[in-house]
Formats: sequence, C-alpha cells, structure tokens
Amino acid sequence: MNLSLLKLPAGLRCATPVMLFLLAGFVAPLIMVVGYAFASPRSFEVFSSFTLANFAAALDPSGTVWTSFAWSIGLAMACTVILAIIAYPIAYGLNHTFGKWSSLVSILFVFPLFISENVRLFGWVQFFIKGGVMDGTLKILGIDFNPDVLYSPEIILFGMVYVYLPFMLFPMTLGLSMVPQDLVDAAADLGAGRLLIWREVQLPLAMPGILIGLLLTFVLSVGAVAEAKVLGGQSVITVVHDIEIAFTYAQNWPMGAALALILVLIIGSLTLWALSKIDLDRMLGGR
Amino acid sequence: MLSQAQRRNNFFVSTWVAFVLVVIYLPILCSALASVSKSRYFIFPVRKYSTEWWSKTWSSIEVHTLVGNSISIAVFVTLISVTLAFFGALAFARYDWKGRKLYQKLLLLPIFFPQAVLGLALLLWMNTLGLMPSWKTAVLAHLVWIVPVVTLVIAIKVYSYDATLEDAAADLGANRWQIFREVTLPLLWPGIWSGGLFAFLLSWGNFPLSLYTAGADSTVPKWLYSKMVAGYTPMVPALGTMNTLGAIAILALVGTLALSMRRLRQRRTSI
Repeated sequence: MNLSLLKLPAGLRCATPVMLFLLAGFVAPLIMVVGYAFASPRSFEVFSSFTLANFAAALDPSGTVWTSFAWSIGLAMACTVILAIIAYPIAYGLNHTFGKWSSLVSILFVFPLFISENVRLFGWVQFFIKGGVMDGTLKILGIDFNPDVLYSPEIILFGMVYVYLPFMLFPMTLGLSMVPQDLVDAAADLGAGRLLIWREVQLPLAMPGILIGLLLTFVLSVGAVAEAKVLGGQSVITVVHDIEIAFTYAQNWPMGAALALILVLIIGSLTLWALSKIDLDRMLGGR
Repeated sequence: MLSQAQRRNNFFVSTWVAFVLVVIYLPILCSALASVSKSRYFIFPVRKYSTEWWSKTWSSIEVHTLVGNSISIAVFVTLISVTLAFFGALAFARYDWKGRKLYQKLLLLPIFFPQAVLGLALLLWMNTLGLMPSWKTAVLAHLVWIVPVVTLVIAIKVYSYDATLEDAAADLGANRWQIFREVTLPLLWPGIWSGGLFAFLLSWGNFPLSLYTAGADSTVPKWLYSKMVAGYTPMVPALGTMNTLGAIAILALVGTLALSMRRLRQRRTSI
C-alpha cells in the first residue's frame, strides 16, 4: 500500500474522491463561466480577451435584464414567505401530530420530487386551461365563471410555491425536531403563554433548520425557469430564461456567462453567509 | 388524555396536511385523466375513455429509446454516486479531521445552485474539453448535483452510527477489511439503500441538467418537455403517468426489500 496516502487522516482520505470529483465537475465549470463572462461579446475567445462589455450591457438601464432580475428576485421572495407559512404547520405535524405515521406522510411529500417538475406543471395546465378540469367542474356546478388563470405572474408564483414546497418543508422539519419537548413543558409550567413559548423557545431553537429552508427555497426559486415557461406562457421572463436565451438562440455565450456570474454571486454570498451561521453536525446528527 | 387545545391543534394540522397533499397530487391525477381520454385535446369532463394512447406509447420505438437512455443514466448515476457518497459521508459525519467543517459547507454548494445554470456551465466546460455531449456526459452532470444529496442522505445515518463498535472489533482481532465488511457496511446499509433510491429517482426525473448536457440523446423528461411546447398528443400525459407509476413501483420495491432484509436480520440476531 502507498505509505504516504496512509499517513493522511482517515477523514481526508474518505473526502478526497468526492472533492476531486466536485473540483472537476463543479469548480472547473464555474471557472469557465468566469472566463467567458470577461470575453469579448459574441466570441469564444475565452481567457484570451478581457472586457467588461458584457457586464455593461447586462446592467444597461435601458435594457430588459433589470426587469428579469426584479421579477426573479421578487417572485422568489414572495415564494419563500408563502412557503414558510404553508410549511410550518406541516413541519409541526410531522414532529408532533402523526406519531408513527409521520414517515409515511413524509414519503408522500418527498415523492413528487421524483417526477420531473415539467410533468407536474403540465398537469396544472390541464387543470387550469379552458375546457380543463377546473373549467369543466365549474360548468357542471352551474357557475358561470371562467377566469383566465394561466399565463399570468400569479400562476407562475403558484407553480413555484408548488414545486419548491419540499425544499422548505424538510429543513424546517429537521429544525423543529431540534426543539426538546422538556424545554417547552418547562416554559409552560413556569407560566409562559403559547405565543411566548413559541417566540422565546421554539422559534430560536428551530431557527437553523428554518434558515436553511428559507435559504434553499429562495436560492432555488431565484433560478426558477420552468414555471414561467410552462404555466406563465412567457408573460414573465426570469433571469435564468435570459441566460438560456443568451446561450442558445442568441449564441452570445459571454453575455450568458456574465448574467450567470451575477446570479451566482447573489446566490453564493447568501448561501455562504447562512451556512456560516449553522452547525451542520447539530442539525443533521442531533449532537 | 389530550387537552382540548391540543385536540384542536391536531385537527387543524391534519386538515391542513390533507389539503396540501390533495393539491400536491391533483395535477398528477389530471395528467392521468388526460392520458385515458380518447380525444386528441383534453376536455373535462372526459366524454370517451380509451387506452389507445397508452398502447401507442407503450409500443413506440422512440419511447423505448428514451426509456433506455433514462435508465442507463440513472443506473450509472446510482452506482457511482453511492460509491463516492459512502466515503464522502464517512468524511462528513464519522471522522473528526481538520478540514471537516469547510468540507461540509463546500459539499452543500452544488445543492444550493440553480440546475439550469449548472447545466449551462457544464456545457461550457465540456465544450472546452472537447467532450461530445451524449447520455454519458449527462451522467457526469447528474452526479455533480446528486453526489452531494446522496452524501447527506447517508451522512444522516452515519451520525447515529456507533464508531466504538469498530474499535471493539479491532480489539477482538478483526482486520481492516473484516471490520469494514462485518461492522461498518451492515450498520450503514439502510442509509446506502435510501441514498441509492434517491440517486436513481432524482436522476430519473431530472430535466434541467439533461437538457443541456445530453446533447442529441433524449431522456423521458426532455422528450416530454419538447412535446409540451410543440406537438402535444395524449402520449405526453400517458408517458408522464407511466413515469410516475414506474417511480412508485421502484419506491415500493426497494421499500419492501429493505423491510424484509431488516426483518431477516432481526430474526437472525434474536436467535
């Protein structure tokens, strides 16, 4: 056996294959994005030309990129807030209400992740479309009301809330499971009201999980594109859609890379900030 | 006895969970309904049911190729990711080493990353390396996202793993390989199973990474999307529903297998 390899700590030895793989499959592609972002527009002269023209074009106040960023960030913020409210009672239930059934209920919430989001979103098209399930049901009930639901910003938000629910729910459930019942009981015995217990005991102790849930939802929904394409009929162009257009139809890779880099900087700084606040060992291992 | 406030609480939570679950499965049911409607364009209530589109989809050669591609990708992704993630999870949760905290955070970054952007970045990188995109490069792309997920899934199991058992086995004279095979692996099997299940199903359902990195090779989600955008036929919901049923079957199969293995082991240890 190779002696120099054996001298490394066991943890480092085990981490090496994964780290090498992510270096080649994650870090290297990101370096390419940085390289392209500074290359001359509409060229493939990566690392041989240096210009800020792509960023200037992206941040040009008269362009449409501003609106894409505003839509993406606005929709992601709304999606995150709505999901926090929807998921909290469910996360509470998975910890306290369902007992031995809670793993079955969890599986029911995980399962949709294994179906491509396009397929699920297309199911909503069949629900909301003229002559679809909602329209037909209303007609049977004799209600003369055919709202135009599809192809609007509201339905895009609905689609995002629908798709990203598990990403809020599971970190939140983990977070709430970190609250010891003894502490809640003790606070109640000492005369604290339910609201006070929630604010002073449950919420702070569950915060790491809730924070991960908020972050994951926000970060993923800033990068959302399928909802706007399938349900929104392109009534809203999101940032990632802009990036896709630059890479495909427009054949302007440097422009796409510059936009991607701005997005990555927003997401990356948020993620690193939040991860620095969290002890993963405690959250995942209950230590 | 539950207090009245608690009972009211439970009632509210259960009702809410039931409502959200109905909403979650509603579009999947709508798709299933559209796939058994005879008319080319979906109209509700369905006037005439037919299994025509199911049999058409089932016997389509194009669909066979798609399913073949999707399965090849998912099988390779599962095998490679579980191997990498098994050791990755030991480094994540079992050993205490100097760079661990940093490693844990770096490992999470690909999960916190929009997949469409990741797919495009990988496309740039493959283009630079001169790799021709095909289902094989899609395997690499899926791995970038799935290895971290599987590592987390296995790591959760590793946290509850009692490492002193390994020391005990070593004291009793077992060598490294024996310890690995007789102690570490059996205790971590449940984590490995669920990790593998996640890997297979997440790869099976992935669209954004396949879109940019599979080149001319199509997968089931990729084909479904292209037909949704242009050229809808009820084969789209039919294949989508088959896809869902396939995922349920795999989940049930692996679930029962894992349960029966656990029973077998319990019986063996109780004797």
